[in-house]
Amino acid sequence: MATTTSDVQIDIDAHDAHHGPEKGLLRWVKTTNHKDIGTLYLWFAFTMLLIGGAMAMVIRAELFQPGLQLVEPQFFNQMTTLHGLIMVFGAIMPAFVGLANWQIPLMIGAPDMALPRMNNWSFWILPFAGVMLLSTLFMKGGGPAFGWTFYAPLSTTFAPESTDFFIFAIHMLGFSSIMGAINIIATVMNMRAPDMKLMDMPLFVWTWLITAFLLIAAMPVLAGAVTMMLTDRNFGTSFFDAAGGGDPVMFQHIFWFFGHPEVYIMILPAFGVISQIIPTFARKPLFGYSSMVYATASIALLSFVVWAHHMFLTGMPIAGQMYFMYATIMISVPTGVKVFNWVTTMWRGSLTFETPMLWAIAFVILFTIGGFSGLMLGIAPADIQYHDTYFVVAHFHYVLVTGALFSIIAAVYYWLPKWCGRMYNEKLARIHFWWAVISVNVLFFPQHFLGLAGMPRRIPDYATQFADFNMISSIGGFAFGSSFLLLTYIIVSCIRSGEPIEDERVWESAKGLEWTVATPAPYHTFNEPPQKDKILSESSHVGAH
Amino acid sequence: MKQNNINRGFWIKLGLVPIGMFAFAFALVPLYNVFCNVTGLNGRGSNEQYIPSSKTDLDMNRRVTVSFLAAQSPGFPVKLYPKTKMMDVIPGKMYTIKYVAENHTANEVTGQAVHSVAPGEAAQYFKKVECFCFTRQMFKPGQVKEMPVSFIIQPALDKSVRDVTLSYNFFRIPDEKQNQGSQQLQQPGVLKGALKKMLNSSDSVQNKKKG
Repeated sequence: MATTTSDVQIDIDAHDAHHGPEKGLLRWVKTTNHKDIGTLYLWFAFTMLLIGGAMAMVIRAELFQPGLQLVEPQFFNQMTTLHGLIMVFGAIMPAFVGLANWQIPLMIGAPDMALPRMNNWSFWILPFAGVMLLSTLFMKGGGPAFGWTFYAPLSTTFAPESTDFFIFAIHMLGFSSIMGAINIIATVMNMRAPDMKLMDMPLFVWTWLITAFLLIAAMPVLAGAVTMMLTDRNFGTSFFDAAGGGDPVMFQHIFWFFGHPEVYIMILPAFGVISQIIPTFARKPLFGYSSMVYATASIALLSFVVWAHHMFLTGMPIAGQMYFMYATIMISVPTGVKVFNWVTTMWRGSLTFETPMLWAIAFVILFTIGGFSGLMLGIAPADIQYHDTYFVVAHFHYVLVTGALFSIIAAVYYWLPKWCGRMYNEKLARIHFWWAVISVNVLFFPQHFLGLAGMPRRIPDYATQFADFNMISSIGGFAFGSSFLLLTYIIVSCIRSGEPIEDERVWESAKGLEWTVATPAPYHTFNEPPQKDKILSESSHVGAH
Repeated sequence: MKQNNINRGFWIKLGLVPIGMFAFAFALVPLYNVFCNVTGLNGRGSNEQYIPSSKTDLDMNRRVTVSFLAAQSPGFPVKLYPKTKMMDVIPGKMYTIKYVAENHTANEVTGQAVHSVAPGEAAQYFKKVECFCFTRQMFKPGQVKEMPVSFIIQPALDKSVRDVTLSYNFFRIPDEKQNQGSQQLQQPGVLKGALKKMLNSSDSVQNKKKG
C-alpha cells in the first residue's frame, strides 16, 4: 500500500499542482476539494443553526409568561418539532461533517478525501433536503408538529399532509449522512500517510472514524422507520397501526434503535475536538490516548444496546427495565474515562486560556453536568417522574448545546485562523464566550427545576407555579440567542479583515500535521505524504509537547 | 491508479452495511411480533382459539380479579361495553361474560376487535375459548348485539399477578360498497387504508382495480 499511495501522490502532483480553485460561483457547485466542501458544510450548518435558533426564540418568547400570547399551539408544536429536526440534522451533524472534511485529510496527511465526487454530492443533497423540510411550514395544514421523534400514530394517522415532504427530506438527509460517512471511513482507512498507523492518528480522526461506522449502521434504520411511515400513510400498510395488526410501540423501538446511536453520532466528534484542543493549550500530550480510543469504541458499541431507556414508560417488564437501566448506566464508565483524561491532561499543564481553550473547558464542565442528569434519567424508577418533563429538555440541551455545539464553536475558533490565514478579534471572542456561557446556563439550568417540579415538555402554556423559572429561562434564551449575532460578526470580520497570520503553527504549542502546512491552508496539501519522523514529532499524544 | 480501485472496492463493501441495516429495520417488524407473541409482552398474546383439555387443573388457593374494558377507535361508531365490569376467577376454570355492541347509526358497520391484556406478563396465560375478536363482526343499523367471551386464566400465571385487565378496541373495516370511488376521500380518518391491507387485502385490491 505504501508504494501505491506515493505513486498516486506523484500523479496528482503532476496534474493538479498548477491550478487553484475555479473562479466564480460554479466553483462551489462543481468542487470536489475537501476544503471547499468542508466550508460549504460549515456555512450550511451555520445558516441552519440561525434558523433553528430563531425557532427556539419563538418557543422561549411564547413561554416567557403563562398563557397563550404570541403563537397558536399548533404553530408552537411546529416550532418545537422543526427546531429539533433542524438542529440535529441541519446544524450539528453537517457542522461535524464539515469539520471532518476540512480536518481529516490535513490531520492524516492525505491530499483529499477518498471519494471526492461523492463528497460533492453528499453536500449538495443537503440544501435541497433542508429547504424541503422548511417548506412544510408554508403548506396546507402546516409543518410537522409531532415532535422531532415523530412517534406514530401522531406522524401517521394524525399528521398533516406535509408529512410526506418531511419523510422525503429525512430520506435525503440520511443519504447525505451515509455517503459522508462512507467517504470518511474510506479516507481514514485508505488515504492515511503510509507511515501513519491507526494508533498514530489524532483523536479527532479516531472519533470520526467510529462515528462514521455508527452513521452507516444507524441512519438506514431511520430510513426504514420513515419508509414504513410513508407506506402506512400512503400505500395501505399498517406497520404502526393497531387496527391492521401493527403496533405503535414498535415505532418507538425502531426509532430509538436509530435514535440512541444518533446521540453519540452528535457527541463523539465533539470528544475528538476537545481532545485536540486541550493538549495544545495545556502544553502536554493527551493523557491516556489509547484509553480514549477504546472508550470511544466501547461507547459506540454500547450505544446500540440501550435504546429502550427512552421508553421506560411504555409498559416494559421489570427485567427489561433492569437491563436497559444497567446497560445505560454502564456507558458512564467510558465517558467518565474521557472526562478524567481531559482533566488529567490539564493537570499541572502550562495552561493558557485562549478562546478555543475557554470553550473546551466549558465543554468539559457543562457536558459533565449533562452527563449527570442523563444518569438520573437512566434510572428506571426515577424516570417515571422525569419522563417527558423539562428535566429531559435541560438534559439534552446540556449535552447538545454546551456539549456538541460548544465543541463546534471551539473547533471553529481553533482552526479558523488556519483555514483563512487571519486571526479573529480575541477581545470580542472573549466577550462572546462569557456572554454565551453565562446566558446558556441562565437558559437551561432553571429547566432542571421546572422538570423536577413537573412541567411537561412540548407545551405552549403552563401552570402559573412555573412562571418565574420560565421567565428566567427565556431571558437567558434571548441573551444566548443574541450571542450568535456577535459570533457571526466575529467570524465574518475575521475572514474579511482579520489580522493576517504568517506562522504555520497558529497556536504556540499546537501539535498535528495540519499545523505543518502553510497558513492559510493552501488549496492542495500533502501532495507528498509526511514521513514517519514528522508524524511522530507532530503527534499530540506521544512524547514531550 | 490502484488507489482508486481500492477506494471503489471499499465503498461498495461499505455500501452493503447501510443496505443491510435498512433491511434490518424491516426485519425488526417480524422479530418484534415474534418476540411479543412468544413472551406475551405488550399484552398481545395470541388471537387464536384455545381448546381446553378435558382435565384442567384448578388453582383453588387464589383468585384473580379480572376487569373488562372496551375502547373505541376514532371513527368506529358502534358503542361497545362489557356487561360485567369485574369478576374474581379461579385460575384454570372457564368463565363466560358478555360484551354488548349497539349500532345507533343508520348504516351497516363492520369491525374487527383487537384485544389487549394488562399486565403484559399475564397475556400468554389469558386463553380465550370463544371470542368475538376471532372474526370480523357486522352490525346492522340499530342492532344491539350481545357477544360472549369465554376465557380461562391458566394456573401457570405468576402468583404475584392478582389483577388482570382485558380490553378490546374495535376498528372499523371499510365497507366494500363505500370503498369504491371518491367516498373514501370524503371520510378521512374513518376509512383507513391500513385496514384494507391487513384485513381486507384481496377485496380492496380488486376494488382499486375496478375503481
